[in-house]
Amino acid sequence: MLMKMFRILFRNIRDAFKSVWRNFSLSLASITSITITLLVVAFSLILTFNVNYTAEMLAQNIEIVVFVEKGVEQEEITEIENKITVIDNVATLEFKSRVAIAEEYMADSEVFAVIMEGWDEDEIPLQDTFIVRVNDNEEIGKTADEIGDIEGVAATNYGRGMVEQLFGVFEIVQTASVVAVVALILVTAFLISNTIKITIFSRRREIEIMRLVGASNLNIKIPFVFEGLFLGVLGAIIPIAITIYAYNSLYTYDLSMIMPIVTLVSPEPFVYQISGVLLIIGVVVGMFGSWRAVQRHLRI
Amino acid sequence: MALIELTKVKKIYKSGVTAVQELNLSIERGEFVFVIGPTGCGKSTLIRMLYREEKPSSGRIVLGGVEVSKLRNNKVFKIRRKIGVVFQDFKLLEGANVYENVAFALEIFGLPKAEIHNRVVKALELVGLKNRAKNYPNQLSGGEQQRTAIARAIVNDPKLLICDEPTGNLDEETSQEIIAVLEEIHKMGTTVVMVTHDRDIVKRLKKRVILMDAGRVLRDFKEGEYANENV
Repeated sequence: MLMKMFRILFRNIRDAFKSVWRNFSLSLASITSITITLLVVAFSLILTFNVNYTAEMLAQNIEIVVFVEKGVEQEEITEIENKITVIDNVATLEFKSRVAIAEEYMADSEVFAVIMEGWDEDEIPLQDTFIVRVNDNEEIGKTADEIGDIEGVAATNYGRGMVEQLFGVFEIVQTASVVAVVALILVTAFLISNTIKITIFSRRREIEIMRLVGASNLNIKIPFVFEGLFLGVLGAIIPIAITIYAYNSLYTYDLSMIMPIVTLVSPEPFVYQISGVLLIIGVVVGMFGSWRAVQRHLRI
Repeated sequence: MALIELTKVKKIYKSGVTAVQELNLSIERGEFVFVIGPTGCGKSTLIRMLYREEKPSSGRIVLGGVEVSKLRNNKVFKIRRKIGVVFQDFKLLEGANVYENVAFALEIFGLPKAEIHNRVVKALELVGLKNRAKNYPNQLSGGEQQRTAIARAIVNDPKLLICDEPTGNLDEETSQEIIAVLEEIHKMGTTVVMVTHDRDIVKRLKKRVILMDAGRVLRDFKEGEYANENV
């Protein structure tokens, strides 16, 4: 029984190979349609993941700078710190004295270093600050206002307006690209299933003969399903190769000049995950498309 | 019990055409039966119902104890494995050679290679095509193509061989060769039901003849009776 099953399986795989080869022009049509749509799917997937990633990276860098009023004593600073810490949305808090800030500036720029060198600690025209990071970026405006109300706080700054706009844009891009990917996968399924339908229509005689000599519906379907599997694998090769090559090239290319805010997902294991997804889509859609297309010829 | 038993079989196509009406027929094991009649008399519909390519609108068809008329679509293969069918247009796979065309029917069942080989060679010997095994259908004459189709139909050792105008596309000489092959198969115990237009063959062979007209059996001639008729 087991031997018989192996023989049937082996025969099916062999026949699937043979018929991909024998019906080469039609196979090529199916493979091309799979290739093209998978390329578009790959592009959309990469775009979606990178938009998400960039948004995440940006979100991590958003902070509120709290300026403490001039001439405030150390005790009051500690009090302000305590008051900020108890606010719900505050995640981390870091104190930066004006001296520390001045040193940072001096280290960053020679011009500043020369100018500031001569100043005494009291002459530094900078203010003591707290750097606050929040848990929920959408609530950042409210949190900044709350901190601003604390006595001894001169001002807060987080890039009001710009942050909100940026997140608004990201949200739109994210939603749009998810919708696009889902729609594309459906279109791929439809396209592939139709191309395979044409392929199989041209082979209805073969199906008729198989039925005639006593092949069960399953006997007839399985070789075609294997064929769909092969078409899916063959159709996924080029999109996978392009994805791996193009994404790696893009990653090594310095994008910061063109799009300074974009942070790309590291290619490993990202490209392999995308490749896996492409292969799965190709195979599943190929097999399912074949199954459905044969089904139509098995009704009397 | 008869091999084929039809009781009050009626077939009305969706278009409204009545192809077969109130047909009662019984064919015994080992018989050779011709079904003849004018075009559109329902003879093709009758045999298409036998191998369950069509379902009767009403009535019962029992073939070797199986009620074919009630067989579900996905169980049709069970009956097909017990019968061989030969057509006017041969229905061969163009991309496969003679050997592969015949072996095709056995490979589906997952038989061991050696057994497939033995059976295919035996079937090809029977139809006289052993030396043409490697040829493709387009390299064969009409008669050779039909003999390939016959080999494929009998390679499974069916109890029943159904032939739908197997000589319709062939010249007289070739037709006789095909009939000789069918007679040979019949002698080995296979029941043969053959639809034909060729009255010469029917008269010469002196077998049972079922004459159909307008979807009914007009006359059922016993062996040898038809040859003496002046029809």
